[in-house]
Amino acid sequence: MFLAHVNPLQASIFSSLAILSLLLTFVMLGSHWLRNYVYAFAVQSWLIAALSASVGYFAGYSELYVIAALTALFRGLILPYLLMRIIGRLNVKRELHAVLQPSSSLVVGAFLVMFAFVISNHMNRQPPPAAHVVILALTIMLSMKFLGFLMLSVRDEAVSQILGLLVLENGIFLGSQILVPGMPLLIEIVILFDLLIVVACFGMLVRFLVVHAGTTSSRELNRLVG
Amino acid sequence: MPMTQRLLILLFAAPIVAIILSLALRRSRVAEYATVAAAIVDLVVSVPLLLEALHGRFVFAHAYVQVDTLAAWVIVCISIVYTLASIYAVGYMRLLNEEPRLPVFYALFSGFAATMLAACVMNNVGVFWIAIELTTLISTFLVGFEQEAESTEAAWKYIVVVSGGISLALLGTVFFYWGGTFVLGPSYAMTWSALHHAAPAVYPPLLLVSFLLVLVGYGTKAGLAPMHTWLPDAHSESPAPVSAMLSGALLNTSMLGIARFLGVVNGTSVAQFAHSAVVALGIFSFVIATLFIVRQTGIKRLMAYSSVEHIGVIALGLGFGGILGVAGSLYHMLNHSLNKSLMFFGSGNAMRAYGTKEISGIRRVLRVFPVSGTLWLLGAVGIAGAPPFALFLSEFTILRAGIGGRYRWAALIFVLFLIIVFIGFLAHFRAMYFDQAPKEEKVPLPWPVWRTLPMWLAFIPLVVLGLWWPHGLWSIFTQISSELIGGAQ
Repeated sequence: MFLAHVNPLQASIFSSLAILSLLLTFVMLGSHWLRNYVYAFAVQSWLIAALSASVGYFAGYSELYVIAALTALFRGLILPYLLMRIIGRLNVKRELHAVLQPSSSLVVGAFLVMFAFVISNHMNRQPPPAAHVVILALTIMLSMKFLGFLMLSVRDEAVSQILGLLVLENGIFLGSQILVPGMPLLIEIVILFDLLIVVACFGMLVRFLVVHAGTTSSRELNRLVG
Repeated sequence: MPMTQRLLILLFAAPIVAIILSLALRRSRVAEYATVAAAIVDLVVSVPLLLEALHGRFVFAHAYVQVDTLAAWVIVCISIVYTLASIYAVGYMRLLNEEPRLPVFYALFSGFAATMLAACVMNNVGVFWIAIELTTLISTFLVGFEQEAESTEAAWKYIVVVSGGISLALLGTVFFYWGGTFVLGPSYAMTWSALHHAAPAVYPPLLLVSFLLVLVGYGTKAGLAPMHTWLPDAHSESPAPVSAMLSGALLNTSMLGIARFLGVVNGTSVAQFAHSAVVALGIFSFVIATLFIVRQTGIKRLMAYSSVEHIGVIALGLGFGGILGVAGSLYHMLNHSLNKSLMFFGSGNAMRAYGTKEISGIRRVLRVFPVSGTLWLLGAVGIAGAPPFALFLSEFTILRAGIGGRYRWAALIFVLFLIIVFIGFLAHFRAMYFDQAPKEEKVPLPWPVWRTLPMWLAFIPLVVLGLWWPHGLWSIFTQISSELIGGAQ
């Protein structure tokens, strides 16, 4: 396991990329504007691609370069492009009725990150210096999960919900590059493709929503209860 | 080529041919019959597949595919529901006035069945996750097929809630892999047996968090409360044959994932906690579902909550563990598949004839449906857990496993709520069958044979299996539970 012999330079590169991605999640959480979410998501994906490439370089997994290229292409370019197209068609620019104001959701988010840190601390058994990177990776994986679910629950717009789901998966991608760089290539590639299909499906569903339910806000989806 | 491999190829070739025929020819009649034929082929193939699997686990395609007894058993359940639902679909889908879109419907329908069958035989934990995700993507369009405001809403909730939930399972899977790297080295093939082999050496808190994530993830897909919120919407808004597939086949496929992960952690220090978590979710689902059943107003939502209830029962059986618990829950999978299909078919008929989804709009069912109405009523008695129907036997077995084991409290709650659910569920049927009739006469629906035949086909085995538990089944269950408990996968 290469994390056991990680040197300070590598550790700081991994950590700063990971922390920047987490910060971008907070950018999404703190903004009303749908376009900002997409930009933040795109930049986050590029950071993850950079992380894959640097892990590939330092740990000697050449297949991670492929993953990096695919991540940048799919998650950094194609998915944001598709999302922008959906936003353009829907003519919705911002979240109108946030359940939680951006400022308060930032505070809730900060608490969730602390909670994630506590759990990660319990899950790690590695001695330092690997421990620092491992705990950071675990914290970011879990906190991006929590933040993604927070976005899903306080945002109403269909596009925000798609982005919430993508953030959920970005966290896994990010952490798994650090923790398990040797995870079989096939799975990672298929998961990338899978995401494309997911977004294509969502795109079609959003069209259905507009035509048949007359809205893209989940606030209005209240016919089925009980 | 070994026998199992040939059977497996046939199992997947049949639905794929049906999909190609439906899409290429674009004729509704062709699509209908091709789907029914494919389903019957799958049913015929699944039985010898199970018998072959009894001779030992079969692995091929670089260990990406495996057929063990558990997989073969779930495949049998899926094929049964696929067959019944595709026969029923012929008679039901013609009523919807969606003739031009029917080929697409049947292509999606067979695709849905094929992805579920594929998920069962996946030996790689990551690929299993992908297969489960694919079932969601395909079935979303089946749920939203009617394209009304309600069904679109249900499809949206379905895909958002389930994709969110299933991403937790992916995180859990990554954690499992990470735990394994300490034992098996940085790169290894993530098969079920590799994970099981590595599990005892993994740091227990890590193993526990991984298991809980996976349980919540696949539990969302299986419809265990409190992650069940998508289920009543999706099951009630999709066309009746799709509801039957979701309830009778998809829930079992997700439970297969939970059963396999329980098998992975069996024999480690967190095994007992893992079982308790499954029992807790099972009991919670059972209680929540019962409360919603008692005061339900929609007929298909009633059936949907009954699915939450029964998936809770299956989880209880797995959580109680032991040969009795595992055998009971596997038997329950089969019986629930048969019985719930029967129930959804009946409610589809009633919905179409009375033009409403409300229980209060459905009265004097026997006047409109003398034969299929009788079958529906008997099915309701069966699904409420009364003898001589098969669900009674399997629930009784699970109860015995609970009383004899560590979770006696759970077994007691189970008995109490079984009684409540029996009264609550049948009260709705009493109203629908024996309350005052509405004024106007109902016109009989066309093509009744296609809709009544699958009800008979579901009903007869229910009675037979309720009176007689074949010895062959018992030996299958013993083998599966020794695979899961002993972990000799």
